[in-house]
Amino acid sequence: MSATATAVSAQGSDSPFPLEKDDLLSAYRTMKTIREFEDRLHVDFARGDIPGFVHLYAGEEAAATGIMMHLTDEDRIASTHRGHGHCIAKGVSVHEMMGEIYGKVSGACRGKGGSMHIADLSKGMMGANGILGAGAPLACGAALAAKKLGHKGVGISFVGDGASNQGMFLESLNLAGVWELPVIFVVENNGYAESTSVDWAVASDSYVDRANGFGLPGVTVDGTDFFAVHEAAGEMIRRARDGGGPSLLECKMIRFHGHFEGDAQTYRAEGEVEDIRNNRDCIKMFADRVSEAGVISRVETDAVDAEVATLIDSAVEQAKAAPLPDTADLLTDVYVKY
Amino acid sequence: MARKSFRQALNEALRHEMARDDNVIVLGEDVCGGAGASGEQDAWGGAFGVTKGLLAEFGPERIMDTPITESAFIGAAAGAAMTGLRPVAEIMFVDFLGVCFDQIFNQAAKVRYMFGGKAVTPLVIRASFGAGARSASQHSQALYPLFTHIPGLKVVIPSNPYDAKGLLIEAIRDDDPVIFLENKMLYDSEGEVPDGAYTVPFGEAGILREGDDATIVALGRMTAVAETAAVRLANDGIDCTIIDPRTVSPLDEDTILDFVADTGRLVIVDEAYPRCGTAADISSIVAEKAFHDLKAPILKVTPPHAPVPYAPQLEEAFLPDTRDVEAAVRSVMEGA
Repeated sequence: MSATATAVSAQGSDSPFPLEKDDLLSAYRTMKTIREFEDRLHVDFARGDIPGFVHLYAGEEAAATGIMMHLTDEDRIASTHRGHGHCIAKGVSVHEMMGEIYGKVSGACRGKGGSMHIADLSKGMMGANGILGAGAPLACGAALAAKKLGHKGVGISFVGDGASNQGMFLESLNLAGVWELPVIFVVENNGYAESTSVDWAVASDSYVDRANGFGLPGVTVDGTDFFAVHEAAGEMIRRARDGGGPSLLECKMIRFHGHFEGDAQTYRAEGEVEDIRNNRDCIKMFADRVSEAGVISRVETDAVDAEVATLIDSAVEQAKAAPLPDTADLLTDVYVKY
Repeated sequence: MARKSFRQALNEALRHEMARDDNVIVLGEDVCGGAGASGEQDAWGGAFGVTKGLLAEFGPERIMDTPITESAFIGAAAGAAMTGLRPVAEIMFVDFLGVCFDQIFNQAAKVRYMFGGKAVTPLVIRASFGAGARSASQHSQALYPLFTHIPGLKVVIPSNPYDAKGLLIEAIRDDDPVIFLENKMLYDSEGEVPDGAYTVPFGEAGILREGDDATIVALGRMTAVAETAAVRLANDGIDCTIIDPRTVSPLDEDTILDFVADTGRLVIVDEAYPRCGTAADISSIVAEKAFHDLKAPILKVTPPHAPVPYAPQLEEAFLPDTRDVEAAVRSVMEGA
């Protein structure tokens, strides 16, 4: 991967990073918003405030943020069951998201989808998905539509390490290659397929090898390193926009929480979660780097933290106060016309 | 009006809609045929020749061969439908939809509802179905009850060339996902088909014949079986109404209930399996809503609860035939 292309934008600035200060602050704000959103859900779920179950993205924020910073609303993403981070980074309103998770009419899907189906097509967010691996063909379709409609949009398919074993994901790698689609397959490898270790469940040692097997280039990055993700994703997205076809990005990342909230996680090693929280927190690492480089001060990140906490407070408050769906909504929007 | 085959009627529907709307694309295995090979392109035009000639007229950007990968290309068609195209995907045999069920019933069928009405999925999935071609258990089923079961899908079963063209145009213009099933034994059947574009609305049954004694509901190829039986019955003074629902989702319940109110007798002829099938569904609707109109028990004429066999005499025994229909109607007429 070439760092020079991304570095161009920051030439002449004071930032030693390939991003201007405003963009770095924006990246920090996005990551922090995801973390605060998930941390709040963790607490509210335990209290019994949330009607359904949730899968939290905390610990994985650098991946969604590093990728989505390259995208516009014309770029479509197909997300996973662990989709809150993707939604936030893609620009879906946290108020609408929280409303949805609380099952209220103020929700992104008017309370009909819940955590696993949050979508906002106007933002290019084609939905979280309760079926593992199912987003890959959909992202291929969005990429096909972008190509046919003549805009420069790309499709991004997110899949976990576990769902990467699904036939429809592997079929999509092949189809994207055959049709030369502008699509990027992002494997978010957090080490666990639900409770099952990736080392056990994936026969191949390397996702890059898997991609290569389908004729696609692939890259593995440290998914906790925002800058590594940002650079690698930028390269792949540019390539896809320029007609260079599909590719695969494996982000090796970590999951702070269980597969779902309420998961006792007895399958994890003793001390594992404390260790990753203390030593591999992608947001802490990002904040340290930008502050040590003298680009963003602690005062500035503290200000963002406060701003984000207020935002999530208001999202929760609004969600709790919002009206429940009307029973008549049960039968609306099954069809456009029937 | 010219006489045209069922196949040609479908081909015309696709041509009209592709010419009318650039966002209509066709995709599927061998819908052109010969992709990447050194010989003829458009060698097949689909497994049954329905899409033949579209490549020359619309080019490879509008009609795309796919690898053998139903899950990926049906999902891609759904994703493309969600983001601005109107794909018509062809699955050679409805039996193959088993490998891509998720994309049909968890994705395409549900995104509008799950997303609170904020998505449309104008997708048509065409597939052949039906027994009679000695194609055995995995290429002969009539699986439309599976799709009828799923809220969000529309299910269309044309029985003749005129309806085939009008219903397919309607399907392509429809903003919901439509499963469009073509009985493979009908592709060569002929009928009057106008040259221009026209639509046949969903949820409006066709009345193929009117008679006061008994009502027969029949779908797809079974309408012809019912008509032959009705002619024989008429010779014996038993006059039947034949209703072709044309779409099983939505289903024109009103027309069926109206005729049952008149005749008091109902026979349902269907090629799908009997358990949880279309005949069972219609039977339960009539039993619930028109029980007091009935002068005799409802009878279903369907294949048995068994896979479709290969050997010709077994396959003939599997399918409902005119004698079965005749016998059922005579049975509901007993004591009349």
